[in-house]
Amino acid sequence: MKLPASLADQIIAHAREEFPNECCGLIAGHGDEATRVLPATNAEGTPFMYVMDPREQMELMDAIDDAGEDMVAIYHSHTRSAAYPSKTDVELAFFPEPLYVIVSLQDPHAPVIRAFRLARSAPEGEQISEEPVEAT
Amino acid sequence: MSTVKIPPVLRQAAGGERTVDVSGATVGEVLTNLCDQHPAVGAQILTPDGELHKYVNVYVNDEDARLLQWTDTPVGDGDTLMILPAMAGGAR
Repeated sequence: MKLPASLADQIIAHAREEFPNECCGLIAGHGDEATRVLPATNAEGTPFMYVMDPREQMELMDAIDDAGEDMVAIYHSHTRSAAYPSKTDVELAFFPEPLYVIVSLQDPHAPVIRAFRLARSAPEGEQISEEPVEAT
Repeated sequence: MSTVKIPPVLRQAAGGERTVDVSGATVGEVLTNLCDQHPAVGAQILTPDGELHKYVNVYVNDEDARLLQWTDTPVGDGDTLMILPAMAGGAR
């Protein structure tokens, strides 16, 4: 995924704003090129879980569709753990096409952004595949 | 018959259809019949026990079915159901 630095900054800023809770949102673009960040509300509002507000989810997905864009990724933050999908992340990954982007604030001074394709129904060991994030 | 709107994420599983007309007197019956017609949809939205996954939302005419009578909500001609898997996860 090609991620302009300005968008990476927006995602990190969102994660910091919501800290200690997890943040979530969508990344729109074309193909593997991210062009804008759409922050959403974590309806769960806890440090260990995110559930995107379902109404917002519907509206944001429609907005991306109406603009003729692709839903490049779904992002969320890990506030105390690495930028790697948890068991819960995999179990609840209903969307096989967009990437799942995780921003980690484990080291608050050095946030890390990584991207993964998740396949919840694949055999264990084949559910997570990392995709490179290219800063542009 | 109710009309079930299929979101893009489930469209391939539903044979590419954007909407499917499904019979059934309740939300539960419509979902069961839909998953019978399109087992690949069932594989995505049901648990291994055949229950609707906790993180799959269903709307009846834009109302959250969980705030109505959930799977017992009566539906019929002219009603529109929408299935929307949640975007969720977490560090634990």
